[in-house]
Amino acid sequence: MSRLIASFAAAAAIAASTSAFAVEISISCSALGKEYEICKQGVDAWAQRTGNTVKIVSTPNSATERLALFQQLLAAGAGDIDVFQIDVVWTGTLGNHLLDLTSKAQSAVGDHLPAMVETSRVDGKLMAVPWFADAGLLYYRKDLLDKYKRPVPQTWADLTETARLIQEGERKEGRNDFWGYTWQGRAYEGLTTNALEWIASYNGGTIVDEKGEVTIENPKAIEALKTAAGWVGTVTPEGVLNYTEEEARGVFQAGNAAFMRNWPYAWALAQGPDSTIKDKVGIAPLPKGGADGRHAGTLGGQLLAVSKYSKNAAAATDLVMYLTGAAEQKRRAVEGSFNPTIVSLYSDADIAKANPFIGDLVGVFSNAVARPATVTGQNYNKVSTEFFNAVHQALSKRAEPSQALNRLDRDLKRIKRNGWQ
Amino acid sequence: MSGAVAQVGVPARQQAQGRRSSLTRSRIRAAWLFIAPSLIVLALIAGWPLVRTIWFSFTDADLNNLNDYDFIGFENYLANYDGEWLGLLTEPDWWHSVWNTVWFTLVSVSLETVLGIVVALILNAAFPGRGLMRAVILIPWAIPTIVSAKMWNWMLHDQFGVINDMLLRIGLIAAPITWTANPDTALWTAVMVDVWKHTSFMALLILAALQMLPQDIYEAAKVDGVSPIRVFFRVTLPLIKPALLVAVIFRSLDALRVFDLIYVLTSNSKDTASMSVYARQQLVDFQEVGLGSAASTLIFLIIALLVVITLAAGRVRLGEDPR
Repeated sequence: MSRLIASFAAAAAIAASTSAFAVEISISCSALGKEYEICKQGVDAWAQRTGNTVKIVSTPNSATERLALFQQLLAAGAGDIDVFQIDVVWTGTLGNHLLDLTSKAQSAVGDHLPAMVETSRVDGKLMAVPWFADAGLLYYRKDLLDKYKRPVPQTWADLTETARLIQEGERKEGRNDFWGYTWQGRAYEGLTTNALEWIASYNGGTIVDEKGEVTIENPKAIEALKTAAGWVGTVTPEGVLNYTEEEARGVFQAGNAAFMRNWPYAWALAQGPDSTIKDKVGIAPLPKGGADGRHAGTLGGQLLAVSKYSKNAAAATDLVMYLTGAAEQKRRAVEGSFNPTIVSLYSDADIAKANPFIGDLVGVFSNAVARPATVTGQNYNKVSTEFFNAVHQALSKRAEPSQALNRLDRDLKRIKRNGWQ
Repeated sequence: MSGAVAQVGVPARQQAQGRRSSLTRSRIRAAWLFIAPSLIVLALIAGWPLVRTIWFSFTDADLNNLNDYDFIGFENYLANYDGEWLGLLTEPDWWHSVWNTVWFTLVSVSLETVLGIVVALILNAAFPGRGLMRAVILIPWAIPTIVSAKMWNWMLHDQFGVINDMLLRIGLIAAPITWTANPDTALWTAVMVDVWKHTSFMALLILAALQMLPQDIYEAAKVDGVSPIRVFFRVTLPLIKPALLVAVIFRSLDALRVFDLIYVLTSNSKDTASMSVYARQQLVDFQEVGLGSAASTLIFLIIALLVVITLAAGRVRLGEDPR
């Protein structure tokens, strides 16, 4: 009897929360490539299940523009968008305008990658829920490593040497536009992620430490930047100073580079039917700084958050919980090769069958380096801009790495002068 | 206006003038009535944002919460904290962006003016297909800057760019040039794309002036056997000078506000940032509406100052019809 009452109560609760008060929720999910289609299928499934309707709001493709749009909407207190797809480094910036999801999601996030959960918190409160993960990876040409009988590089020194060897060999065979290693060197957020990987791999810290102290001026970081500056013009085309992800992928996918640093999205494209390097590519964690260094990939990825100004916060939260849940993350991993944030899914057989490389990534994600977005809060963009400009100057040989980092240290301390918030 | 016609004269004339001024008064009233709507629209779309920006430049407004800010006077521009001078006027990045912009403007507008005159002189000559030619040269100008900037970005790519490919093929260069990546060439590249885009606009304005020139002077010069080069410098150039100066001012105003071209070609790099790129970064990326507004206000002042200098130096009066 009590069971019957319980199920009645549950049914009533579902009815009350759904069909009886069917509402319209709007969500902004990115529309890059496959993302829109996969997102639409997910929200439609939730809409059907709950009887609500969901509207997908189109937003700009550029992340910088998207953030600017969100800031303007939220600063005006507009409730037009209930659920936001946000980048892992935006939580601190947008936190003031997001709903505290701690009570709803606290128990669920225990299953997620801890590093991703950390990016969702502001002052210990959970302002978003992890949706999918990204991290910097090393792409290599299996066929070329075989040809030159070299292993997958474990340190940056190995990589530099192997890249030079392959580049010289290929050029001797008449391939004059062949390069050793491509990455992202344009003065933008992508350079911050690249440079953080070099510095963290040398144990040079993460620009600003967890306590908020500026730690960037240290010998390890200088060494890391010296290594990277040494690539430009030798194993890396000088043009990398204006490359983003797509330009770097262009060179690699045209078969003109032995190694590439990029996000997991490049995998599906490199394996595409029109790719010149189909079945010749492998992925590995990025190399260590030295024997005592570590493999460091910068953590990226997206979170889902609910606007504080949403008129249907309960339904919006329910949508977030559904989309970030195991079933939906699994579907997204199988159909769109989005990396789950739920740890147990990395050993899922169906995902392994559809996208074998995902299973290998759990280690990379677990050890990924987070950008100092949480601790610097509202000031993260300034910190990142100063950082990538300093690195860009070192790479383009306009300043010695030690000089650039000394200036950066002073600038960051000035930004911090009254604390970070 | 009426001052120009006011003269000491006979009573009859004064009487006539009295009648005229009552007529003038009602005409002036009607004129105000007619221009009032456009003045109101102008005040709303140009005046209000300007005043608001200037006001924000004296506050510590933040994009995250635009309704809650304090008046802080000139602190965004210059302030002394514990003996240390801070603010926009002490910011090397800001002055670097000012210098970038001024350099960009001087170089690109000079090149556009010279090339524009050349193109206009060619188009002014009678040759078959002249009408088509005039339409064709406008194409670069008709393409939105953001589109042409992106297009050039790919054409100038060091690995796949068609420009490097062509230069390599004809043997002009031995290795691909990294046009936009190297800070030394990036601003020159921006100038090149700007010249490509705006020379036709310059040429068109100059062409319009050339077409108005009286032909008899040229016939007289021909009869007197004056060399064409002398005719150009002594006759053509002085005659088209007012139109040329207006064109130069128009282009300079545009060039001083340059944003999309540099932003697309070189992103937020400090080495190549223009004043507008700097202001946008403060306003949007850093959410510093106060500081960004101060930068925008300075851009406004710098542009106004340079225009006044140009007008004074060229003795151009914008209120008069250029003849």
